[in-house]
Amino acid sequence: MKVIAAYNIKGGVGKTAAAVNIACLAAADGFRVLLWDLDPQAAASFLFRVKPRVKGGGKALIAGRRQVDDAIKATDFDNLDLLPADFTYRNLDLHLDSQRKSRLRGLISPLQGEFDLVVLDCPPGISLLSENVLRAADLLLVPLIPTTLSVRTLDQLTEFVAGLDRHRPRILAFFSMIDRRKRLHREIAEELPACRADVAATAIPALSAIERMSVQRVPVTASAPRSQAARYYRDLWREIRDELALSPAGPGS
Amino acid sequence: MQNGVREFILVPADDARPPGNGLPPMCDPRFSVVKAGPSRTLRRTWLDTFDWRLFRAGLNLECTAGRGRSELVLTARDGEPVAAEVAKGLRWPAMIDDLPVGPLREHLAPIVGVRALLPVAQATVVQARRRALNSDGKTIAMLAIDEMALTGPRRAEVPARAEVPARVAVSPLRGYQAQASKFADALALGPGIAAAEHSSFESALRAAGRRPGDYTSKIDVRLTAGMPAALAVCTVLARLFDTALANVPGTIRDIDTEFLHDLRVAVRRSRSVLKLAGSVLPAGLVGQYRPEFKWLGDLTTPTRDLDVYLLGYSAMAAKLIAGTEPELWPFHEYLRRQRAASQRQLARGLRSARFSELASRWPHDLDGVADSPGRRATGKFAARRIASAHQRVLRSGGAIDASSPPQALHDLRKRCKELRYLLEVFASLHDPAEQWRAVNELKALQDCLGEFQDTEVQQAELRAFARRMMADRSAPAETVLAMGEIAATLAVRQRAVRGEFAGRFADFASARGQARIAALTRTAGR
Repeated sequence: MKVIAAYNIKGGVGKTAAAVNIACLAAADGFRVLLWDLDPQAAASFLFRVKPRVKGGGKALIAGRRQVDDAIKATDFDNLDLLPADFTYRNLDLHLDSQRKSRLRGLISPLQGEFDLVVLDCPPGISLLSENVLRAADLLLVPLIPTTLSVRTLDQLTEFVAGLDRHRPRILAFFSMIDRRKRLHREIAEELPACRADVAATAIPALSAIERMSVQRVPVTASAPRSQAARYYRDLWREIRDELALSPAGPGS
Repeated sequence: MQNGVREFILVPADDARPPGNGLPPMCDPRFSVVKAGPSRTLRRTWLDTFDWRLFRAGLNLECTAGRGRSELVLTARDGEPVAAEVAKGLRWPAMIDDLPVGPLREHLAPIVGVRALLPVAQATVVQARRRALNSDGKTIAMLAIDEMALTGPRRAEVPARAEVPARVAVSPLRGYQAQASKFADALALGPGIAAAEHSSFESALRAAGRRPGDYTSKIDVRLTAGMPAALAVCTVLARLFDTALANVPGTIRDIDTEFLHDLRVAVRRSRSVLKLAGSVLPAGLVGQYRPEFKWLGDLTTPTRDLDVYLLGYSAMAAKLIAGTEPELWPFHEYLRRQRAASQRQLARGLRSARFSELASRWPHDLDGVADSPGRRATGKFAARRIASAHQRVLRSGGAIDASSPPQALHDLRKRCKELRYLLEVFASLHDPAEQWRAVNELKALQDCLGEFQDTEVQQAELRAFARRMMADRSAPAETVLAMGEIAATLAVRQRAVRGEFAGRFADFASARGQARIAALTRTAGR
């Protein structure tokens, strides 16, 4: 079982859009996927029409009083289940132990036999929860808006991960919400992947089809699989698959 | 039902429900139903052994084929999956060794044994799929609507396109069991829909005019002490002949060895009933049919004898110490060739005019007797026959000592079989617990005598086989030596069994054992 975390310190950069579409594509390839909506804003849960509620809230999950397994909901897509968000997730830091930063990994690991892939849709910020995410993830999927400050954020994150003892996730950043009309966007999106191995070749433009997902409440890779947006996400999924050495023919092959 | 799956049947279309696989309109505003992709066609084949071993073990085996995929699924009766396997290239009937190696085969092997798996019901199913949505537009359950048309075996009286009601299965999605249950409740309130009382398998079977477990080789007739004895005997003989006939097609097709076994047992029982209880039937009838049943019994003997060898071959070969299994193999091949030849003879006999004549006249003549059965009561008649058969066993067994020849034990074995058949034929007159104990004690004695006789016969036969194989040059010296080793093993076993006999007979002939039979005959004679 591999764990991918869609993560960035900054908000509004396309984490949820990437998480739901990558989860959807992986499920369509036959991987058994769990998407955990860790963001109390519950955008991923909303997209899948699942009520953002977990009995007992985040506290019960973290404390182990409620089994993660019991809180999982099926989505409308084969092989894709969702662990919904809950508004109490905003207080997760209070329930996490600052000394034991592998609690999240501990909660996920019993799902080993049930899922091939867990996708974490993380809230922005750097917190105790983020540190747990870094220790749980095999791959950090980091959407970046191509600006100088965003690149600086990636550097900070890379430095932080390098400083972790024992488990260090790999980082795969990708440019997101690119506005081709802006010269700076174009320049950074073209130059950086060429000189940094941790930046994906795929860059996702700002497309209205992606924005419309929240109106249709269906991932664009499912509602318009032949659209330009879906093609970009498929390219990105291919890069992730290679990064994690997952078989293109699905699990078990 | 499995994982909260709720099943319904769609009652025939009327004004309230559209024809075909349309659902009644959903009136509950909390829910709606939408299409979920195109419908698909599946071929469903339910499998069991001829004697329903899976059904009796609480299991259901189904092969589902569609969209180029074929899957074999074993479930418990409540629908819980037990094991599944891809069923590539399987043809039915199939023996257990024909199934792919894996957990499914492992689970089935001890239950199925030497019997073939054959289709007991077959249907083509057009399955439409729907999604049940809640007020957020979220899918909470998947609906499968099955229109089933029987394609497999059915009773002759069932019309070619027997109707099976369309079924709806509501399968909750993970985390939505409660909402799906409410949806199913709302669906059930609609017109033209009712909770399914039977599984798809049972529905298909019913439509084919069958019911699970509708074959048994046991004499399952209900006799009463007061009924005329001639009627009771005719009822038993008719039941036995039904069993024999039910096994004829499988014997001719050589589906598995047990068709012939059950056919032989039914014939042997019929012969014993004619011999031991035929006095209540018209003398002419008994005289006319006893030779026919003897002919039928003799017709089946060579193939069954060879079956016994082949079924026990592996165990026999495993006992070799000096010889090796490859050395014995020509014997196996010889047995196989002999068996193929005797099977052809057997099939010819069962297709012959003589057998057809027996098959059509015997039931008719039995009906004739049953129409004017006389006044002799079954209870007293059965009690007298059992008591005298029991006395014959005691006399015959009591005369055996250490110096008695094998023939004496063989004769006793025959007397025991007669008593056993009488106990089974008149079982419905007895207290079931008493009957069980009496039969069990007799069975222990029969097992001992049976093994003694089998080892005796097999030694003689091995010698005969060896002579014939040497004559037609199909046996190298090593094979004959290996066969000699097996004969020696049999002789050792026979000696051991002979030593056990006295104790077994003493148990059976004890005062307690005698009291059991006396108690049975008392209740039957009342």
